[in-house]
Amino acid sequence: MTPKTILSRPVYGTLSPQAGTHHLFVADAEGGGAILDMAKAAPEGFFAGAHIIYIPREAGAAYTGPLQALKPAQYYEGPSIAAALPRQKQTLAPARMGRRLYLAGTEGLIGQAMQAALDAGIDHGSIQTEQRGSLARRVQCVHCKGITEDVTTQPVRCSHCGLLLFVRDHYSRRLAAFQGVCINAEDQSEIPPIEEAFR
Amino acid sequence: MGINFRTETFRDDFSFRNSPEHIRRFPFPFHEDSYMYAVNIEPHVAGPAGSVLEHPIDVDEHYVSEMADRALVLAEDPLRCQSLPHMTLAGWDLLELLMTAKAESYPEHFSLTRDGDRWHWINRPLGIDQKFLFGDLTTLPYGPMEYITRQSQGDFCILDQRDGNLWMDAGIVTTQADWSLDFDIGMNFFEWHAPVPLAHEKGIFTRALKFLTNVQQGKPARRLNWTMTINPRLDTSPENYHKWGPDRATVTPENVGQKVHLRVELQSFWRLPRSNALVFPIRCYLIKMDELVTSPKWARRLHRVIRDLPEELATYKGLTRYRATLVEWLARYDDGTPTSPGFGPE
Ligand code: HEM
Repeated sequence: MTPKTILSRPVYGTLSPQAGTHHLFVADAEGGGAILDMAKAAPEGFFAGAHIIYIPREAGAAYTGPLQALKPAQYYEGPSIAAALPRQKQTLAPARMGRRLYLAGTEGLIGQAMQAALDAGIDHGSIQTEQRGSLARRVQCVHCKGITEDVTTQPVRCSHCGLLLFVRDHYSRRLAAFQGVCINAEDQSEIPPIEEAFR
Repeated sequence: MGINFRTETFRDDFSFRNSPEHIRRFPFPFHEDSYMYAVNIEPHVAGPAGSVLEHPIDVDEHYVSEMADRALVLAEDPLRCQSLPHMTLAGWDLLELLMTAKAESYPEHFSLTRDGDRWHWINRPLGIDQKFLFGDLTTLPYGPMEYITRQSQGDFCILDQRDGNLWMDAGIVTTQADWSLDFDIGMNFFEWHAPVPLAHEKGIFTRALKFLTNVQQGKPARRLNWTMTINPRLDTSPENYHKWGPDRATVTPENVGQKVHLRVELQSFWRLPRSNALVFPIRCYLIKMDELVTSPKWARRLHRVIRDLPEELATYKGLTRYRATLVEWLARYDDGTPTSPGFGPE
Protein backbone atom coordinates (compact mmCIF):
# COMPACT_ATOMS: atom_id res chain seq x y z
CA MET A 1 0.00 0.00 0.00
CA THR A 2 1.10 3.56 -0.56
CA PRO A 3 2.20 5.16 2.71
CA LYS A 4 0.75 8.62 3.34
CA THR A 5 3.35 11.23 2.46
CA ILE A 6 2.70 14.72 1.13
CA LEU A 7 -0.31 16.39 -0.43
CA SER A 8 0.85 16.40 -4.04
CA ARG A 9 1.09 12.61 -3.92
CA PRO A 10 -2.03 10.96 -5.37
CA VAL A 11 -4.27 8.94 -3.11
CA TYR A 12 -5.65 5.72 -4.60
CA GLY A 13 -8.88 3.96 -3.76
CA THR A 14 -10.59 0.70 -4.56
CA LEU A 15 -12.34 0.18 -7.90
CA SER A 16 -16.10 0.04 -7.70
CA PRO A 17 -18.65 -0.25 -10.51
CA GLN A 18 -20.00 3.14 -11.57
CA ALA A 19 -23.30 3.97 -13.21
CA GLY A 20 -22.66 4.37 -16.94
CA THR A 21 -22.82 2.67 -20.26
CA HIS A 22 -19.19 2.56 -21.39
CA HIS A 23 -16.50 1.36 -19.00
CA LEU A 24 -12.88 1.76 -20.02
CA PHE A 25 -10.36 -0.15 -17.92
CA VAL A 26 -6.63 0.42 -18.18
CA ALA A 27 -4.57 -1.88 -16.00
CA ASP A 28 -1.20 -3.56 -15.73
CA ALA A 29 0.27 -6.51 -13.81
CA GLU A 30 -1.48 -7.02 -10.44
CA GLY A 31 -4.00 -4.37 -11.48
CA GLY A 32 -5.74 -7.23 -13.33
CA GLY A 33 -6.69 -8.57 -9.90
CA ALA A 34 -8.34 -5.27 -9.00
CA ILE A 35 -10.62 -5.56 -12.03
CA LEU A 36 -11.47 -9.17 -11.14
CA ASP A 37 -12.29 -8.21 -7.55
CA MET A 38 -14.47 -5.35 -8.72
CA ALA A 39 -16.26 -7.67 -11.16
CA LYS A 40 -17.65 -9.61 -8.21
CA ALA A 41 -19.70 -6.54 -7.26
CA ALA A 42 -20.65 -5.58 -10.81
CA PRO A 43 -24.28 -5.81 -11.94
CA GLU A 44 -25.43 -8.24 -14.62
CA GLY A 45 -24.31 -7.23 -18.09
CA PHE A 46 -21.81 -4.64 -16.82
CA PHE A 47 -18.94 -5.88 -18.99
CA ALA A 48 -21.04 -5.89 -22.16
CA GLY A 49 -20.17 -2.18 -22.33
CA ALA A 50 -16.55 -2.56 -21.21
CA HIS A 51 -13.22 -2.17 -22.93
CA ILE A 52 -10.21 -3.60 -21.11
CA ILE A 53 -6.70 -2.47 -21.98
CA TYR A 54 -4.32 -4.73 -20.11
CA ILE A 55 -0.54 -4.84 -19.94
CA PRO A 56 0.37 -8.13 -18.25
CA ARG A 57 4.08 -7.45 -17.52
CA GLU A 58 5.74 -10.15 -15.34
CA ALA A 59 2.80 -10.70 -13.00
CA GLY A 60 0.06 -10.90 -15.62
CA ALA A 61 -0.10 -14.60 -16.60
CA ALA A 62 -2.52 -15.37 -13.77
CA TYR A 63 -4.95 -12.63 -14.84
CA THR A 64 -5.21 -12.73 -18.63
CA GLY A 65 -7.53 -15.78 -18.75
CA PRO A 66 -9.96 -14.62 -16.03
CA LEU A 67 -10.08 -11.08 -17.52
CA GLN A 68 -11.11 -12.44 -20.91
CA ALA A 69 -13.66 -14.64 -19.15
CA LEU A 70 -15.46 -11.45 -18.06
CA LYS A 71 -16.40 -11.16 -21.74
CA PRO A 72 -15.78 -7.45 -22.19
CA ALA A 73 -16.97 -5.93 -25.45
CA GLN A 74 -13.31 -5.23 -26.27
CA TYR A 75 -10.20 -6.84 -24.80
CA TYR A 76 -6.64 -5.83 -25.67
CA GLU A 77 -3.29 -7.00 -24.32
CA GLY A 78 -0.33 -4.71 -24.79
CA PRO A 79 3.39 -5.47 -24.49
CA SER A 80 4.16 -2.23 -22.60
CA ILE A 81 2.49 0.89 -21.24
CA ALA A 82 4.02 2.97 -24.01
CA ALA A 83 2.63 0.62 -26.64
CA ALA A 84 -0.87 0.69 -25.15
CA LEU A 85 -1.18 4.46 -24.61
CA PRO A 86 -2.05 5.44 -28.20
CA ARG A 87 -4.95 2.99 -28.06
CA GLN A 88 -6.21 4.54 -24.82
CA LYS A 89 -5.86 8.05 -26.26
CA GLN A 90 -7.74 7.08 -29.41
CA THR A 91 -10.52 5.55 -27.32
CA LEU A 92 -10.83 8.70 -25.21
CA ALA A 93 -10.62 11.14 -28.11
CA PRO A 94 -14.35 11.40 -28.84
CA ALA A 95 -16.07 12.69 -25.69
CA ARG A 96 -18.88 10.30 -24.77
CA MET A 97 -21.84 10.46 -22.44
CA GLY A 98 -21.90 7.78 -19.77
CA ARG A 99 -18.25 6.78 -20.08
CA ARG A 100 -16.37 5.76 -16.94
CA LEU A 101 -12.63 5.32 -16.58
CA TYR A 102 -10.95 2.82 -14.23
CA LEU A 103 -7.18 2.62 -13.73
CA ALA A 104 -5.47 -0.15 -11.77
CA GLY A 105 -1.99 -1.46 -11.20
CA THR A 106 1.43 0.09 -10.81
CA GLU A 107 1.78 3.74 -9.87
CA GLY A 108 3.50 4.33 -13.23
CA LEU A 109 0.58 2.89 -15.20
CA ILE A 110 -2.03 4.84 -13.23
CA GLY A 111 -0.04 8.04 -13.63
CA GLN A 112 0.44 7.77 -17.38
CA ALA A 113 -3.13 6.64 -18.10
CA MET A 114 -4.35 9.51 -15.89
CA GLN A 115 -2.17 11.95 -17.81
CA ALA A 116 -3.69 10.79 -21.11
CA ALA A 117 -7.17 11.18 -19.61
CA LEU A 118 -6.42 14.72 -18.36
CA ASP A 119 -5.19 15.62 -21.85
CA ALA A 120 -8.53 14.37 -23.18
CA GLY A 121 -10.29 16.81 -20.84
CA ILE A 122 -11.48 14.28 -18.25
CA ASP A 123 -11.57 15.56 -14.67
CA HIS A 124 -9.20 13.57 -12.47
CA GLY A 125 -11.74 13.40 -9.67
CA SER A 126 -14.10 11.37 -11.85
CA ILE A 127 -11.55 8.60 -12.43
CA GLN A 128 -11.50 5.41 -10.33
CA THR A 129 -8.02 4.25 -9.35
CA GLU A 130 -6.58 1.32 -7.42
CA GLN A 131 -2.88 0.83 -6.87
CA ARG A 132 -1.61 -2.74 -6.83
CA GLY A 133 1.81 -4.21 -7.37
CA SER A 134 4.99 -2.28 -7.92
CA LEU A 135 5.56 1.16 -6.38
CA ALA A 136 8.41 1.79 -8.81
CA ARG A 137 8.39 5.48 -9.72
CA ARG A 138 8.52 7.51 -12.89
CA VAL A 139 10.92 10.32 -12.14
CA GLN A 140 11.35 13.60 -13.94
CA CYS A 141 14.86 15.02 -13.65
CA VAL A 142 14.23 18.65 -12.73
CA HIS A 143 17.54 19.58 -14.38
CA CYS A 144 17.38 18.03 -17.88
CA LYS A 145 13.58 17.24 -17.85
CA GLY A 146 14.17 13.65 -18.98
CA ILE A 147 11.96 10.95 -17.45
CA THR A 148 13.50 7.84 -15.94
CA GLU A 149 11.05 4.92 -15.82
CA ASP A 150 10.57 2.20 -13.19
CA VAL A 151 12.82 3.71 -10.54
CA THR A 152 13.22 1.45 -7.51
CA THR A 153 16.26 2.99 -5.82
CA GLN A 154 17.09 6.05 -3.76
CA PRO A 155 19.00 7.89 -5.12
CA VAL A 156 18.86 7.06 -8.83
CA ARG A 157 21.04 8.05 -11.74
CA CYS A 158 19.14 10.08 -14.37
CA SER A 159 19.00 7.91 -17.49
CA HIS A 160 19.35 11.06 -19.64
CA CYS A 161 21.91 13.44 -18.11
CA GLY A 162 23.55 11.13 -15.59
CA LEU A 163 23.12 13.31 -12.49
CA LEU A 164 22.54 11.40 -9.25
CA LEU A 165 18.96 12.25 -8.24
CA PHE A 166 17.18 12.28 -4.92
CA VAL A 167 13.63 11.07 -5.63
CA ARG A 168 11.19 13.38 -3.85
CA ASP A 169 7.59 12.61 -2.89
CA HIS A 170 6.54 15.77 -4.77
CA TYR A 171 4.38 14.52 -7.65
CA SER A 172 3.00 16.14 -10.80
CA ARG A 173 -0.17 14.68 -12.29
CA ARG A 174 0.44 16.66 -15.46
CA LEU A 175 3.85 15.04 -15.96
CA ALA A 176 2.82 11.72 -14.35
CA ALA A 177 6.11 11.82 -12.48
CA PHE A 178 7.86 12.34 -9.17
CA GLN A 179 10.54 14.99 -9.00
CA GLY A 180 14.21 14.07 -9.04
CA VAL A 181 16.73 16.63 -7.73
CA CYS A 182 20.51 16.33 -7.77
CA ILE A 183 21.39 14.78 -4.40
CA ASN A 184 24.99 15.97 -4.20
CA ALA A 185 24.72 19.33 -5.95
CA GLU A 186 26.39 21.17 -3.09
CA ASP A 187 29.37 18.83 -3.02
CA GLN A 188 29.71 16.45 -5.95
CA SER A 189 32.37 14.45 -4.13
CA GLU A 190 29.70 13.14 -1.74
CA ILE A 191 28.44 9.87 -3.25
CA PRO A 192 25.65 8.42 -1.10
CA PRO A 193 24.97 4.68 -1.41
CA ILE A 194 22.20 3.64 -3.82
CA GLU A 195 19.59 1.57 -1.98
CA GLU A 196 16.35 -0.12 -2.96
CA ALA A 197 13.48 2.11 -1.80
CA PHE A 198 10.39 1.63 -4.00
CA ARG A 199 9.10 -1.83 -4.82
CA MET B 1 14.24 63.11 -10.72
CA GLY B 2 13.50 59.49 -11.46
CA ILE B 3 15.26 56.33 -10.45
CA ASN B 4 18.98 55.94 -11.03
CA PHE B 5 19.09 52.46 -12.60
CA ARG B 6 22.22 50.47 -11.81
CA THR B 7 24.11 48.35 -14.31
CA GLU B 8 24.99 45.15 -12.47
CA THR B 9 24.94 41.35 -12.64
CA PHE B 10 23.29 38.53 -10.69
CA ARG B 11 25.65 35.82 -12.00
CA ASP B 12 29.31 35.35 -12.95
CA ASP B 13 31.01 38.40 -11.35
CA PHE B 14 27.97 39.23 -9.16
CA SER B 15 28.33 42.99 -9.25
CA PHE B 16 24.88 43.52 -7.64
CA ARG B 17 24.75 45.81 -4.61
CA ASN B 18 22.30 48.18 -2.94
CA SER B 19 22.83 51.92 -2.75
CA PRO B 20 22.64 53.38 0.80
CA GLU B 21 19.05 54.58 0.15
CA HIS B 22 18.08 51.09 -1.00
CA ILE B 23 19.58 49.52 2.09
CA ARG B 24 17.29 51.76 4.19
CA ARG B 25 14.21 50.76 2.22
CA PHE B 26 14.93 47.03 2.34
CA PRO B 27 11.78 45.11 3.39
CA PHE B 28 13.22 43.52 6.52
CA PRO B 29 10.80 40.65 7.25
CA PHE B 30 11.12 40.10 11.01
CA HIS B 31 8.95 42.11 13.41
CA GLU B 32 10.27 40.18 16.41
CA ASP B 33 13.36 38.18 17.40
CA SER B 34 12.06 34.79 16.29
CA TYR B 35 10.34 33.33 13.26
CA MET B 36 7.68 30.74 12.59
CA TYR B 37 5.22 30.30 9.73
CA ALA B 38 1.93 32.16 10.21
CA VAL B 39 -0.95 33.44 8.10
CA ASN B 40 0.85 36.78 7.76
CA ILE B 41 -1.46 38.42 5.24
CA GLU B 42 -2.44 42.10 5.33
CA PRO B 43 -4.14 44.56 2.96
CA HIS B 44 -1.77 45.83 0.27
CA VAL B 45 -2.19 49.52 1.08
CA ALA B 46 0.32 52.28 0.40
CA GLY B 47 3.26 52.55 2.83
CA PRO B 48 5.60 55.46 3.65
CA ALA B 49 7.15 57.51 0.82
CA GLY B 50 10.42 55.95 -0.29
CA SER B 51 9.56 52.49 1.06
CA VAL B 52 8.98 49.46 -1.17
CA LEU B 53 5.30 49.84 -0.27
CA GLU B 54 4.95 53.42 -1.51
CA HIS B 55 3.58 52.21 -4.84
CA PRO B 56 1.37 49.17 -5.55
CA ILE B 57 4.04 47.78 -7.92
CA ASP B 58 7.53 48.79 -6.81
CA VAL B 59 10.20 49.62 -9.38
CA ASP B 60 13.70 50.15 -8.00
CA GLU B 61 17.31 50.78 -8.99
CA HIS B 62 17.82 47.11 -9.98
CA TYR B 63 15.02 47.14 -12.57
CA VAL B 64 16.98 47.30 -15.80
CA SER B 65 19.60 44.76 -14.73
CA GLU B 66 16.97 42.35 -13.38
CA MET B 67 15.16 42.43 -16.70
CA ALA B 68 18.42 41.63 -18.50
CA ASP B 69 18.91 38.64 -16.18
CA ARG B 70 15.36 37.43 -16.87
CA ALA B 71 16.01 37.56 -20.62
CA LEU B 72 19.12 35.40 -20.15
CA VAL B 73 17.20 32.81 -18.11
CA LEU B 74 14.38 32.62 -20.67
CA ALA B 75 16.81 32.26 -23.56
CA GLU B 76 18.42 29.30 -21.76
CA ASP B 77 15.17 27.70 -20.60
CA PRO B 78 11.83 28.65 -22.20
CA LEU B 79 9.99 26.34 -19.78
CA ARG B 80 10.28 29.09 -17.15
CA CYS B 81 7.34 30.83 -18.77
CA GLN B 82 4.21 28.76 -19.34
CA SER B 83 0.54 29.44 -19.72
CA LEU B 84 -2.16 26.80 -20.11
CA PRO B 85 -4.52 27.53 -23.01
CA HIS B 86 -7.42 28.88 -20.90
CA MET B 87 -5.20 31.55 -19.26
CA THR B 88 -4.75 34.02 -22.10
CA LEU B 89 -7.48 36.36 -20.91
CA ALA B 90 -5.86 36.49 -17.47
CA GLY B 91 -2.63 37.43 -19.25
CA TRP B 92 -4.33 40.50 -20.74
CA ASP B 93 -5.71 41.35 -17.29
CA LEU B 94 -2.19 41.23 -15.90
CA LEU B 95 -0.81 43.35 -18.71
CA GLU B 96 -3.39 46.01 -17.94
CA LEU B 97 -2.69 45.89 -14.21
CA LEU B 98 1.06 46.28 -14.61
CA MET B 99 0.99 48.91 -17.34
CA THR B 100 -1.50 51.12 -15.54
CA ALA B 101 0.23 50.75 -12.16
CA LYS B 102 3.66 51.59 -13.58
CA ALA B 103 2.44 54.51 -15.66
CA GLU B 104 0.58 55.99 -12.69
CA SER B 105 3.40 55.59 -10.15
CA TYR B 106 6.36 56.41 -12.38
CA PRO B 107 5.19 58.77 -15.15
CA GLU B 108 8.75 59.88 -15.88
CA HIS B 109 9.67 56.29 -16.83
CA PHE B 110 6.47 54.73 -18.22
CA SER B 111 3.46 55.97 -20.13
CA LEU B 112 0.28 54.34 -21.37
CA THR B 113 -2.17 55.99 -23.76
CA ARG B 114 -5.46 54.26 -24.49
CA ASP B 115 -7.91 54.94 -27.25
CA GLY B 116 -10.47 52.14 -27.01
CA ASP B 117 -8.51 48.97 -27.76
CA ARG B 118 -5.66 50.91 -29.35
CA TRP B 119 -2.97 51.13 -26.70
CA HIS B 120 0.39 52.86 -26.80
CA TRP B 121 2.96 51.79 -24.21
CA ILE B 122 6.27 53.50 -23.62
CA ASN B 123 8.88 52.01 -21.31
CA ARG B 124 11.79 54.46 -21.29
CA PRO B 125 14.28 52.56 -19.07
CA LEU B 126 14.11 49.55 -21.41
CA GLY B 127 13.78 51.62 -24.59
CA ILE B 128 10.41 50.16 -25.62
CA ASP B 129 7.75 52.00 -27.62
CA GLN B 130 4.87 49.66 -28.51
CA LYS B 131 1.52 50.29 -30.15
CA PHE B 132 -0.87 47.34 -30.01
CA LEU B 133 -4.50 46.29 -29.94
CA PHE B 134 -5.58 45.20 -26.48
CA GLY B 135 -6.86 41.62 -26.80
CA ASP B 136 -5.20 40.94 -30.17
CA LEU B 137 -2.33 38.47 -29.75
CA THR B 138 -0.92 39.20 -33.19
CA THR B 139 -0.03 42.77 -32.24
CA LEU B 140 2.54 41.91 -29.53
CA PRO B 141 5.88 40.10 -29.86
CA TYR B 142 4.99 37.70 -26.99
CA GLY B 143 1.81 36.57 -25.27
CA PRO B 144 0.45 39.31 -22.98
CA MET B 145 1.72 37.75 -19.73
CA GLU B 146 5.21 37.16 -21.08
CA TYR B 147 5.31 40.56 -22.78
CA ILE B 148 4.63 42.58 -19.66
CA THR B 149 6.50 40.37 -17.18
CA ARG B 150 9.66 40.65 -19.26
CA GLN B 151 9.34 44.29 -18.19
CA SER B 152 8.40 43.71 -14.53
CA GLN B 153 10.62 42.75 -11.62
CA GLY B 154 9.73 39.57 -9.73
CA ASP B 155 8.11 36.29 -10.63
CA PHE B 156 4.41 36.02 -11.40
CA CYS B 157 1.99 33.14 -10.96
CA ILE B 158 -1.52 33.38 -12.31
CA LEU B 159 -4.00 31.24 -10.46
CA ASP B 160 -7.26 30.07 -11.97
CA GLN B 161 -10.00 29.84 -9.36
CA ARG B 162 -12.40 26.89 -9.59
CA ASP B 163 -13.87 24.22 -7.29
CA GLY B 164 -13.02 26.39 -4.27
CA ASN B 165 -9.32 26.05 -5.02
CA LEU B 166 -6.56 27.94 -6.83
CA TRP B 167 -4.76 26.29 -9.75
CA MET B 168 -1.32 27.36 -10.92
CA ASP B 169 -2.18 27.50 -14.59
CA ALA B 170 0.25 30.19 -15.80
CA GLY B 171 3.42 31.87 -14.67
CA ILE B 172 6.86 33.29 -15.35
CA VAL B 173 9.42 32.17 -12.84
CA THR B 174 13.08 33.10 -13.20
CA THR B 175 13.97 34.50 -9.74
CA GLN B 176 12.63 31.75 -7.53
CA ALA B 177 13.69 30.30 -4.22
CA ASP B 178 14.17 26.75 -5.43
CA TRP B 179 10.85 25.62 -6.89
CA SER B 180 9.95 24.63 -10.42
CA LEU B 181 7.09 26.18 -12.39
CA ASP B 182 7.44 23.47 -15.03
CA PHE B 183 6.82 20.84 -12.36
CA ASP B 184 4.13 22.68 -10.41
CA ILE B 185 2.05 24.05 -13.29
CA GLY B 186 -1.50 22.68 -13.19
CA MET B 187 -1.33 21.93 -9.43
CA ASN B 188 -3.72 23.29 -6.82
CA PHE B 189 -2.87 25.35 -3.72
CA PHE B 190 -2.30 22.33 -1.46
CA GLU B 191 -0.38 20.35 -4.05
CA TRP B 192 2.21 22.99 -4.92
CA HIS B 193 2.68 23.74 -1.19
CA ALA B 194 3.07 20.02 -0.43
CA PRO B 195 6.86 20.16 0.24
CA VAL B 196 6.58 22.92 2.90
CA PRO B 197 7.18 21.52 6.42
CA LEU B 198 5.00 22.20 9.51
CA ALA B 199 2.61 24.71 7.88
CA HIS B 200 0.05 22.12 6.71
CA GLU B 201 -0.22 20.68 10.22
CA LYS B 202 -0.74 24.17 11.64
CA GLY B 203 -3.72 24.70 9.35
CA ILE B 204 -1.97 27.66 7.72
CA PHE B 205 -2.72 26.67 4.14
CA THR B 206 -6.40 25.95 4.78
CA ARG B 207 -6.87 29.41 6.30
CA ALA B 208 -4.72 31.12 3.68
CA LEU B 209 -6.70 29.55 0.83
CA LYS B 210 -9.98 30.70 2.36
CA PHE B 211 -8.61 34.23 2.48
CA LEU B 212 -7.23 34.16 -1.06
CA THR B 213 -10.35 32.83 -2.74
CA ASN B 214 -12.19 35.84 -1.25
CA VAL B 215 -9.78 38.55 -2.41
CA GLN B 216 -11.83 41.24 -4.17
CA GLN B 217 -10.91 43.30 -7.19
CA GLY B 218 -9.33 46.61 -6.14
CA LYS B 219 -8.48 45.23 -2.68
CA PRO B 220 -5.12 43.47 -3.08
CA ALA B 221 -3.36 41.82 -0.14
CA ARG B 222 0.29 41.00 0.61
CA ARG B 223 2.70 39.03 2.77
CA LEU B 224 6.46 38.67 3.17
CA ASN B 225 8.44 35.46 2.88
CA TRP B 226 12.19 35.02 3.18
CA THR B 227 15.14 32.71 2.69
CA MET B 228 18.89 33.12 2.22
CA THR B 229 20.99 32.96 -0.92
CA ILE B 230 24.73 32.64 -1.41
CA ASN B 231 25.92 35.31 -3.84
CA PRO B 232 23.32 37.74 -5.20
CA ARG B 233 21.87 35.19 -7.59
CA LEU B 234 18.32 35.71 -8.78
CA ASP B 235 17.99 32.39 -10.57
CA THR B 236 18.15 29.90 -7.70
CA SER B 237 15.93 27.45 -9.54
CA PRO B 238 15.92 23.70 -8.95
CA GLU B 239 16.61 23.42 -12.68
CA ASN B 240 20.06 24.94 -12.07
CA TYR B 241 20.63 23.67 -8.51
CA HIS B 242 23.61 21.59 -9.65
CA LYS B 243 25.20 24.86 -10.83
CA TRP B 244 24.49 27.13 -7.83
CA GLY B 245 24.38 24.48 -5.09
CA PRO B 246 28.20 24.40 -4.76
CA ASP B 247 28.11 28.09 -3.72
CA ARG B 248 26.68 26.99 -0.38
CA ALA B 249 29.91 25.18 0.41
CA THR B 250 32.02 28.31 -0.18
CA VAL B 251 30.95 30.33 2.87
CA THR B 252 33.80 31.13 5.28
CA PRO B 253 34.00 33.51 8.28
CA GLU B 254 35.94 35.91 6.04
CA ASN B 255 33.40 36.11 3.20
CA VAL B 256 30.02 35.99 5.00
CA GLY B 257 29.54 39.75 4.70
CA GLN B 258 29.81 39.74 0.91
CA LYS B 259 28.52 36.28 0.01
CA VAL B 260 25.54 35.64 2.26
CA HIS B 261 22.32 37.45 1.30
CA LEU B 262 18.97 37.72 2.98
CA ARG B 263 16.38 37.14 0.27
CA VAL B 264 12.95 38.62 0.93
CA GLU B 265 9.90 38.07 -1.20
CA LEU B 266 7.18 40.69 -1.20
CA GLN B 267 4.22 38.61 -2.33
CA SER B 268 0.96 40.21 -3.28
CA PHE B 269 -2.47 38.93 -4.32
CA TRP B 270 -4.68 40.67 -6.88
CA ARG B 271 -8.07 39.72 -8.29
CA LEU B 272 -8.16 40.19 -12.05
CA PRO B 273 -11.28 41.79 -13.54
CA ARG B 274 -12.10 39.88 -16.75
CA SER B 275 -10.85 36.39 -15.96
CA ASN B 276 -11.58 36.36 -12.20
CA ALA B 277 -8.12 34.78 -11.85
CA LEU B 278 -5.77 35.75 -9.02
CA VAL B 279 -2.32 37.04 -9.82
CA PHE B 280 0.52 36.46 -7.39
CA PRO B 281 3.60 38.63 -7.97
CA ILE B 282 6.62 37.38 -6.01
CA ARG B 283 9.05 40.25 -5.85
CA CYS B 284 12.54 39.32 -4.67
CA TYR B 285 14.78 41.73 -2.71
CA LEU B 286 18.38 40.84 -1.89
CA ILE B 287 20.69 42.35 0.72
CA LYS B 288 24.27 41.39 1.63
CA MET B 289 25.13 40.78 5.27
CA ASP B 290 27.63 43.69 5.09
CA GLU B 291 24.76 45.93 3.99
CA LEU B 292 22.26 44.56 6.48
CA VAL B 293 24.46 45.06 9.53
CA THR B 294 24.61 48.79 8.84
CA SER B 295 21.35 48.70 10.81
CA PRO B 296 22.27 47.56 14.35
CA LYS B 297 18.71 46.50 15.06
CA TRP B 298 18.44 44.34 11.94
CA ALA B 299 21.81 42.73 12.72
CA ARG B 300 20.87 41.83 16.31
CA ARG B 301 17.51 40.51 15.28
CA LEU B 302 18.70 38.47 12.32
CA HIS B 303 21.30 36.85 14.58
CA ARG B 304 18.60 35.71 16.98
CA VAL B 305 16.23 34.55 14.25
CA ILE B 306 18.81 32.43 12.43
CA ARG B 307 20.27 31.05 15.66
CA ASP B 308 16.86 29.93 16.96
CA LEU B 309 15.24 28.91 13.67
CA PRO B 310 13.52 25.49 13.97
CA GLU B 311 15.58 22.77 12.33
CA GLU B 312 12.84 21.83 9.83
CA LEU B 313 12.73 25.38 8.49
CA ALA B 314 16.51 25.67 8.30
CA THR B 315 16.69 22.42 6.33
CA TYR B 316 13.83 23.42 4.01
CA LYS B 317 15.45 26.77 3.32
CA GLY B 318 18.80 25.09 2.61
CA LEU B 319 20.79 26.88 5.34
CA THR B 320 22.31 23.77 6.90
CA ARG B 321 25.77 23.90 5.37
CA TYR B 322 26.60 27.47 6.39
CA ARG B 323 24.23 28.24 9.27
CA ALA B 324 26.83 27.88 12.04
CA THR B 325 29.34 30.11 10.22
CA LEU B 326 26.66 32.73 9.65
CA VAL B 327 25.40 32.68 13.25
CA GLU B 328 28.95 33.07 14.57
CA TRP B 329 29.55 36.01 12.24
CA LEU B 330 26.28 37.71 13.17
CA ALA B 331 26.93 37.18 16.88
CA ARG B 332 29.60 39.89 16.69
CA TYR B 333 26.79 42.37 16.02
CA ASP B 334 24.55 41.22 18.86
CA ASP B 335 25.35 42.75 22.26
CA GLY B 336 22.21 41.26 23.76
CA THR B 337 20.32 44.54 24.05
CA PRO B 338 16.60 44.37 23.34
CA THR B 339 15.30 45.17 19.86
CA SER B 340 12.34 47.48 19.40
CA PRO B 341 9.16 45.95 18.01
CA GLY B 342 8.31 46.38 14.32
CA PHE B 343 10.15 46.05 11.02
CA GLY B 344 11.99 49.35 10.60
CA PRO B 345 15.76 49.93 11.13
CA GLU B 346 15.75 51.69 14.60
C1 HEM C 1 -1.67 31.94 -4.47
C2 HEM C 1 -0.60 32.36 -4.06
C3 HEM C 1 0.61 31.53 -3.67
C4 HEM C 1 1.48 30.88 -4.49
C5 HEM C 1 1.43 30.81 -6.01
C6 HEM C 1 2.46 30.26 -3.64
C7 HEM C 1 3.51 29.47 -4.10
C8 HEM C 1 4.45 28.87 -3.30
C9 HEM C 1 5.48 27.99 -3.78
C10 HEM C 1 5.68 27.56 -5.22
C11 HEM C 1 6.23 27.61 -2.72
C12 HEM C 1 7.44 26.67 -2.75
C13 HEM C 1 7.03 25.26 -2.38
C14 HEM C 1 8.12 24.23 -2.63
O1 HEM C 1 8.94 23.97 -1.73
O2 HEM C 1 8.16 23.64 -3.72
C15 HEM C 1 5.68 28.26 -1.56
C16 HEM C 1 6.18 28.16 -0.28
C17 HEM C 1 5.52 28.66 0.84
N1 HEM C 1 4.29 29.29 0.86
FE1 HEM C 1 3.20 29.88 -0.73
N2 HEM C 1 2.18 30.54 -2.34
C18 HEM C 1 1.05 31.32 -2.31
C19 HEM C 1 0.42 31.82 -1.21
C20 HEM C 1 0.81 31.59 0.08
C21 HEM C 1 0.12 32.12 1.23
C22 HEM C 1 -1.10 33.00 1.22
C23 HEM C 1 0.79 31.67 2.29
C24 HEM C 1 0.38 32.01 3.71
C25 HEM C 1 0.61 31.83 4.77
C26 HEM C 1 1.92 30.86 1.83
C27 HEM C 1 2.85 30.23 2.61
C28 HEM C 1 3.99 29.60 2.16
C29 HEM C 1 5.07 29.14 3.02
C30 HEM C 1 5.13 29.29 4.53
C31 HEM C 1 6.03 28.57 2.19
C32 HEM C 1 7.41 28.04 2.63
C33 HEM C 1 8.37 29.17 2.37
C34 HEM C 1 9.75 29.09 3.01
O3 HEM C 1 9.93 28.61 4.13
O4 HEM C 1 10.69 29.60 2.38
N3 HEM C 1 1.89 30.82 0.47
N4 HEM C 1 4.59 29.01 -1.94
